[in-house]
Amino acid sequence: MLHLVNKSPFEKNSLSSCLRLAKNGSGILLMEDGVFGALHKTSVTDEVAGRSGDFKFYVLGPDLAARGLSEKPLIDGIEIIDYEGFVDLTTEHDVVNSWL
Amino acid sequence: MAEEYEDNVDGPVKRFLFVNRKAPYGTVYALESLEVVLISAAFDQDVSLVFMDDGVFQIVKNQDTDGIGIKNFSKTYRALDGYDVEKLYVEKESLEARGLSEDDLLVDVEVLDSKALSDLMDAQDVVITS
Amino acid sequence: MKFGILVNEGPYTHQASDSAIQFVTAALKKGHEIVRVFFYHDGVNNSTKFSDPPSDDRNIVNLWSALADKHGVELIVCVAAAMRRGINDDSLAPGFQISGLGQLVEAGMQADRLVVFGD
Repeated sequence: MLHLVNKSPFEKNSLSSCLRLAKNGSGILLMEDGVFGALHKTSVTDEVAGRSGDFKFYVLGPDLAARGLSEKPLIDGIEIIDYEGFVDLTTEHDVVNSWL
Repeated sequence: MAEEYEDNVDGPVKRFLFVNRKAPYGTVYALESLEVVLISAAFDQDVSLVFMDDGVFQIVKNQDTDGIGIKNFSKTYRALDGYDVEKLYVEKESLEARGLSEDDLLVDVEVLDSKALSDLMDAQDVVITS
Repeated sequence: MKFGILVNEGPYTHQASDSAIQFVTAALKKGHEIVRVFFYHDGVNNSTKFSDPPSDDRNIVNLWSALADKHGVELIVCVAAAMRRGINDDSLAPGFQISGLGQLVEAGMQADRLVVFGD
């Protein structure tokens, strides 16, 4: 399953609920305001980085850039993708689950 | 709802999971997502509902909306089994975090812990969250 | 692959419409098929012909109409959600049609993937 998280972890509990319920081996894409969950050295970094053995994390590059974060260090192992990469991800997983 | 449907739609039967994470009345999603649930059942799909996070508040008893002037639609949840929608699940952790128990709920549900709910979600074909 | 797209929010207030447009555009570029884009909740507000944003920013309604015009993307607005929000046949921008929630369920049945954009 591919999980989409589009809200900031500092605003909503979408990311933490996703992390609680996603099955190991899932992909998790951080997009829109969800990209803040990808940042290094925040109060949620450990919560996300701690699961990098369980999930493959992705972050939508255009949303990072829009928010002035292109030069900021991200969590280890997170892969930056674009919209075409987003489309590819949805084909590689059986189901897409948006955490709204 | 007075719409006409083709009741001989050819197509697969898929497992549709409707995820409810938001409280009722503060936003419209609880009401409008119920409408999608009813239509999915009319299309003979294999429908499950899960209530988690603030979505558990959608099915608490004793909702009285007279003071806020909004229609109380909570009895619709009790009518779901009449539409062959019987698979209602609630996340245990969400209930407990909100000081609720099964006794607070107005409809029969199966309470699942996160692990069991995770397995259920992973087995679906289509997931629609509002 | 066949994609169904659900847009739950209106233009501008949330990024949902923009993300959906970017996704649909990328999917079409990669040769995928869009079964339909279904607009629900405030998403029905993407269909109004009366949207008149400043000219130095994107015109979301027009972007949707262009996808319908150039690529035949079907844009369906839920009748119940539309009626609540004052959208009817007279207010629709080009390319949009009003229909029932059955179109969303059918998209879920027929598409290989249903992708939901919202809040």
